Amino acid sequence: MEKFTGKVWVLGDDIDTDIIIPTEYLALKTIEDMKQYGFSPLRPELAGQIEKGDIIVAGKNFGCGSSREQAPEVLKALGIRCIIAKSFARIFFRNSINNGLLLMEQQDLSGHVREGEEITVVVNSHVSYNGKNYPLASLPENLVEIINAGGLVKAMRVRNGLERV
Amino acid sequence: MGQTIIEKIIARNIGAESVKPGDIVTTSVDRVMLDDIMIPFIADKFHEMGFSKIWAPHKAVLIYDHLVPSSQIDDIRHYKAGEAFALKYGIEHVHRSDGICHQLMTEAGYVKPGDVVFGTDSHTTTYGCVGAFSTGIGYTEMAAILGTGNLWVKVPETIKIVIDGTLPDNVMSKDVILRIIGDLGADGATYRALEFAGAAVERMSVSSRMTMANMAIEAGAKCAVFTPDEKTAEYCGITLNDFQRNLIGDRDAAYCRVLTYHGEDFVPVMACPSQVDKIRSVSQLEGLPIDQVFIGSCTNGRLEDLKMAAKVLDGKSVAPFVKLIVTPASRKVYQEAAACGAIKTLVEAGAMVTHPGCGLCCGRAGGILCDGERVVATNNRNFLGRMGTSKVEIYLASPAVAAACAAAGKIVSPTI
Repeated sequence: MEKFTGKVWVLGDDIDTDIIIPTEYLALKTIEDMKQYGFSPLRPELAGQIEKGDIIVAGKNFGCGSSREQAPEVLKALGIRCIIAKSFARIFFRNSINNGLLLMEQQDLSGHVREGEEITVVVNSHVSYNGKNYPLASLPENLVEIINAGGLVKAMRVRNGLERV
Repeated sequence: MGQTIIEKIIARNIGAESVKPGDIVTTSVDRVMLDDIMIPFIADKFHEMGFSKIWAPHKAVLIYDHLVPSSQIDDIRHYKAGEAFALKYGIEHVHRSDGICHQLMTEAGYVKPGDVVFGTDSHTTTYGCVGAFSTGIGYTEMAAILGTGNLWVKVPETIKIVIDGTLPDNVMSKDVILRIIGDLGADGATYRALEFAGAAVERMSVSSRMTMANMAIEAGAKCAVFTPDEKTAEYCGITLNDFQRNLIGDRDAAYCRVLTYHGEDFVPVMACPSQVDKIRSVSQLEGLPIDQVFIGSCTNGRLEDLKMAAKVLDGKSVAPFVKLIVTPASRKVYQEAAACGAIKTLVEAGAMVTHPGCGLCCGRAGGILCDGERVVATNNRNFLGRMGTSKVEIYLASPAVAAACAAAGKIVSPTI
């Protein structure tokens, strides 16, 4: 089972995709150009502070709002390893899976974990923090297939004979 | 066991007798909408996936709206990417300055009752106004649909919302959907379908239903749907077939929740900064001074909205320190509003009328605001930074409320 440890950034409820990447930066050429503006309406300093392998822990309805797939791509480009939230908005959820960004629902963690501390994630099993385990549900099989293929682009390349699994 | 409207649409699409919530099925897509912000990314992903042709070019509609007219130099790159993609793969349905994508998809006849439609914008839920299953997706999934014609969906549970009776004269469908979002919460319908019914809903125009389906996403819903009726048929320019006529939630269908309202109980409301589910009655907010009013967007930029604003502002003037920006949802709406005199009334009252498009709704056009300013707006989102800096206060309201506020220079209830 996949296991990793990372430093936590704690965010609240209803973190919308306009906060993750505002519309005014969506016409920049690349995700690399956009990523410095991540979370700028809420915490302008955050994008510069996130390091590769960090984990976001948030409240309910993370990723609500616009369908912009730049949101999960910006988070991935900033180095976010996974997001653990009470719940996710559905378009953001699909977009993240299709880009190989791991999302997991957990009801209690966001109320307990402190920003800057480390948590250990065992995918499809639990999160360990401060000596306590918080359970994680398993993802549906069709989503696991997309993640295992390396995202939807890779899955389509395999379908079209450009790559092998 | 009966079925909900969405279950009927999905079952027919996949050629099954019935489906149930939680089933993961592969749909054959009837129509797709690609918008200008996403088109360069869609094109990149399509090529990266290794596709060499679109499964059915006539089923794709490319619409420039968020970036029309351009407000940043980089916007031009999006038009060029769109032109190159449309030319190479034979997309003939391209709208370059005709209005907002969600208005055009139904207005120009691209979506019919019972269709399964996906678009690269979250407000694609709008087409449920004519009884279609439609929802927003990202650009990677759009690229996959363009190559294959298919997309997997999980059949959603349905929340039924019944609105009996008659709405008061100063209440518009915007007030109704805002109140419902307030009751459900911003994530109260996540992964679920909303199905609307009841006498007040049956009396609504297709445009009014469009406002409600448009905002379903603000409660997290996957889609929202209305039963197609004679008004729908006239709007779509069709005669309903048996399948379309039967798109009614069965009495014995399984709903995860049923909400019942009485039309008479609704009052004009606003969504307060900066959550769409933070609903207060306008009477509670009266007297707050405002800096600007925006009437437009795919939520409330239609003919009936502009006519209502004109009715409220007829013979009045916009308060001297307030800027009123009016953006018709489409060229057709603009022409009709001009022909019926609504534009004349609005301009005489002091409105600035801008070209059809997403305009100020996504913070990309003229009229962006700065810290400490307060705007009353008829669009669908009041998120931080949506219409300027992050300290702009955005109050969402109906066109009737917005117009009354523009004349008063402060928040007031409309008298119709």
